[in-house]
Amino acid sequence: MSPFRTDAAAEWLRAGGPDGDVVVSSRVRLARNFAGLPFPNKAKRIERVQILELAERHILACGVASEMAWVDLNALTPLDCAVLVERHLISKQHSKGDLPRALAVSSPDERLAIMVNEEDHLRLQAMRSGLALTDAFCQVNDADDRLEAHTDFAYSPRFGYLTACPTNIGTGIRVSVMLHLPGLRLAGELEKVRRAAKAMNLAVRGFYGEGSEAVGDFFQISNQSTLGKSESQLLEDFEHNVIPRVIEYERLARKTLSERKRILLEDQVHRAVGTLTHARLLKTDEAMQALSLARLGIVTGTIDEIELGRVNQLILLTQPAHLQKVFGRDMDQATRRSERATLVRSYLSGEGDARLN
Amino acid sequence: MAKKMRCEGCTRKPVATEVTVKNGEKVEISYCDQCVGELGIGVKSHAPINELISKVVISQATGGGQQGTQVLACESCGMTFAAFRKSGLLGCSECYVAFESQLGPLIERAHEGGTHHVGKIPGRAGPSYDRQERLAGLRRQLTDAISAEQFERAASLRDQIRAFEDGDIDEVDG
Repeated sequence: MSPFRTDAAAEWLRAGGPDGDVVVSSRVRLARNFAGLPFPNKAKRIERVQILELAERHILACGVASEMAWVDLNALTPLDCAVLVERHLISKQHSKGDLPRALAVSSPDERLAIMVNEEDHLRLQAMRSGLALTDAFCQVNDADDRLEAHTDFAYSPRFGYLTACPTNIGTGIRVSVMLHLPGLRLAGELEKVRRAAKAMNLAVRGFYGEGSEAVGDFFQISNQSTLGKSESQLLEDFEHNVIPRVIEYERLARKTLSERKRILLEDQVHRAVGTLTHARLLKTDEAMQALSLARLGIVTGTIDEIELGRVNQLILLTQPAHLQKVFGRDMDQATRRSERATLVRSYLSGEGDARLN
Repeated sequence: MAKKMRCEGCTRKPVATEVTVKNGEKVEISYCDQCVGELGIGVKSHAPINELISKVVISQATGGGQQGTQVLACESCGMTFAAFRKSGLLGCSECYVAFESQLGPLIERAHEGGTHHVGKIPGRAGPSYDRQERLAGLRRQLTDAISAEQFERAASLRDQIRAFEDGDIDEVDG
C-alpha cells in the first residue's frame, strides 16, 4: 500500500528531472467542488459522508490513473497521517481531526493525489520531479476532465470554478515549484529573489508549504491569484519566464562560489559531509541543512563519493514520521536524534539498503 | 523625523520591523501583517497564506463600515457575511450570489485586479446555473431524507441524481 512505503523516495524527490540541479519538483493543484453541496467547512457530517461517497465512486470509476488507492484518513494512525504529510500527499490541516475525509493517490508512483474534504471537496494535485509543470498540468487537467464527464462542479460564468476561499476562484489552479537555492543563500542574494517574487505577486514558502519555515535552502514559489488569467498563461509565465530566471541566478551564484570562493564552498560541503558521516545525534533541521549542502557539493562537482539519489532519499527518510516507519517503532525525540544519525551513517556508507528492504 | 511608518510592500500600517545592512548602512524596513507573512521576515508566520489574504479582504470589508452587512446571509447554507469575515471561507456556491456585491471588490483586490474568469470552462454545464440549481435541490432533498431516515426515498433520490449526472434525463421532477 503506497502511503506506507518508506523504501523509495517519493516522486518529487526522485533525482534526474529537468533542471534537477536547482528544481526539486513541480506541482500543479486544482481546487474543485461538487455542485449542489455545501463546502466542507459548512457541510454537516452526513453531507461530508455524501461528498466522500461521491468522490470515491467517481475517482475510482473514471480511470484517472491505472491504479488509485483510496485512503480513509480516519482509519489511519497519527503516525501514518504524518507520513503522508511528509510525502507531500496531504496537507497538515488535512491530517488532523476526526471529520470524514480521505486521500486518493495513484499507486505506486504517487504522482496524482486527490484530497477529499479538505478546504474544498476536491484538491487534485500532480507532482513531477524537476521542472515539468506542463507535464504535471496535463495529468491533473486530464483527471479533472475525466471527473467532470461524470459529475457537475460548482462553477459560475463570472467567477469560474467556485471554492470555499475566494482567493482560489477562477481557474482554482495553484502552480508551485520547489527550488533548492543554497548558492543564493551563501551569496546573500535570497532577499532579492523574495522581493522579485513578491513584486510578481508570487508566494515564497518553506519546504512544507503554507506556514513552514525554509529549511535546508528549499523554497516553494507559487502563484497567488487565480482569477482573470488562464491556466496556459500562468504555466507559460512560470515555466518559461519566472522559474528559468531564478534557476539562472542560482547557477550563477554557484559558479561564482566555485570559481572565486572555492575554499568557502569546499569548507561548507565537507563540514556537512563530516556531520552526516560522523554525527551521533542529528536533529531534523540539522540533517536537512547538511543534506542540502551535500546536494550542493554533488551538483557543483565538489564531492563525488555520494549519489544525488541517496541524498534525496535521506531528505525524506530523516523526517520524524518516516524515521519511525523505517525503524518500525515509536521513538521519543532523543531516540530519534540518535537513530537518525545511525540511519544517515549507514545509508551513506552503503549499508542502509538492507535495512530498508 | 516624525515620518509616518509605512509597510515596505504595500504602504499599509506596519506591525513588524526588520533591521538589515544595506551598502554598509543599517536600514530599518517595516512590514504590515500581510507582507511580513508573505516575505517570511521578522516574525514567524504559521498562518496559511489564504488566511493572510483573507484578512486583507476582511479588513477591507470592515473598512466599509456598512452596518447592513451584519445580517446579510446566504439563504442556501445559512452562512452570514459576518461569519465569512471571521473565517475567510464561504459556505457554498450560492454564497457567491448572495454576497456578490460585497465580494466583488474584495475578489478584485485578491486577484491583482482580476474580476472575471478566464480559462477552462467545464464542458457539460459551464455557462448555466440551471443544472447546478436542480442538482442542489436534489441533493438537499437527499440530505433531508437521510436525516429523517426515509431510506426508500433516499435511494430513489440517489438514483435520480445519478441519472441526472449521467445525462440520461434532462428534466427531473423534485
